[in-house]
Amino acid sequence: MNPTNYLVLSIILFSIGAAGVLVRRNALVAFMSVELMLNAANLAFVTFARMHGNLDGQIVAFFVMVVAAAEVVVGLAIIVTIFRTRRSASVDDASLLKL
Amino acid sequence: MITQSVTAWATLAAETTGSGSGGSGGETALFWIMAPLAVLGALGLVFSRKAVHGALSLAVTMISLALFYIAQEAPFLGVVQIVVYTGAIMMLFLFVIMLVGVDSSDSRVETIRGQRVAAALAVAGVVLLLATVTLRATLPEEPAGLAQAAPDGNVPAIADLIFGTYFWAFEVVAVLLITAAVGAMTLTHRERLSRRSSQKELSIKRFSEGPPGEAAGLPVPGVYARHNAVDTPALLPDGKPSEASINRVLVARGAARSSEEFRHHPTPADVEAAAEGEADEPAGEIGPDDDASGGERA
Repeated sequence: MNPTNYLVLSIILFSIGAAGVLVRRNALVAFMSVELMLNAANLAFVTFARMHGNLDGQIVAFFVMVVAAAEVVVGLAIIVTIFRTRRSASVDDASLLKL
Repeated sequence: MITQSVTAWATLAAETTGSGSGGSGGETALFWIMAPLAVLGALGLVFSRKAVHGALSLAVTMISLALFYIAQEAPFLGVVQIVVYTGAIMMLFLFVIMLVGVDSSDSRVETIRGQRVAAALAVAGVVLLLATVTLRATLPEEPAGLAQAAPDGNVPAIADLIFGTYFWAFEVVAVLLITAAVGAMTLTHRERLSRRSSQKELSIKRFSEGPPGEAAGLPVPGVYARHNAVDTPALLPDGKPSEASINRVLVARGAARSSEEFRHHPTPADVEAAAEGEADEPAGEIGPDDDASGGERA
């Protein structure tokens, strides 16, 4: 099978994730959309690794996963803290700095 | 056992992909079955109204991505994808969703005028850019395969790279993970402003301030032949269901069962038995139905 199919799927998933970040205002859903974009990038990395017969792409995908885990931990902690003070998980409500 | 099944999966995937030598029907079938599922899951994340549904559909996408990794000669990454993403990250998301409130759903009102149109345009631009770059590039029709790069199998080759070429990157990433864990603990830590009151003080306060009926604590939810759940009210000794026994969050959500369903309705026979029991009581006899009819007399 032509590996370009995987790349096209990766593009589709990445775009859907980008649309989710732009459109949804629930902080959790926006955050999950970021995860979807990271996953799509990982799929492209793995596909390129196989396409060129080089394992470095898989290593990069592995590091992306680790960084994503760290990002999720801190991001969710921030969301929980904001929810505690403002009783809302919507990104529109965290507007204290706005004039 | 898990490792065995995973290796079985990996060898199966490697056989179906033929280790990169020539296309095979197995991988094509897998792709055309799982790719629509992955896209559906992603669309479900964006279009679902509730965050829980979005999280579950994202889990579908992540599992199908793990299958793609395994099919693309990356069994290690496939397993890590399932363990880390669907196992740890999505569960963390679900925990936070439960903390924030399962019912929290977005309002569909646009706060910035024209935001949706602008977002659609931007996404169309991204799609155009990425598709142009990918489809105009000269990519090999057939993948080179990893048979040469990983002669001893996927995991030893990855271990060689991680603990060889990428050793310092690996260490830095480890430091990053620890920092993230400490940061999360610091962010969610709440300093206690007043002393925690002891059980004795709480008990004294309940007796002196609260209503006397609640001094021993509120009644616990009901346990019945058909229901043993937090959403069913307890029956008080007089046969009345107790509203106080149900968590008020459940009541507010409308998830509690109606207390009328559990009210004890005396039948005419019960009433007669109760009357007889009352008549008998001065004589010191306890009727066989006394337990059942005791509620009405109380």
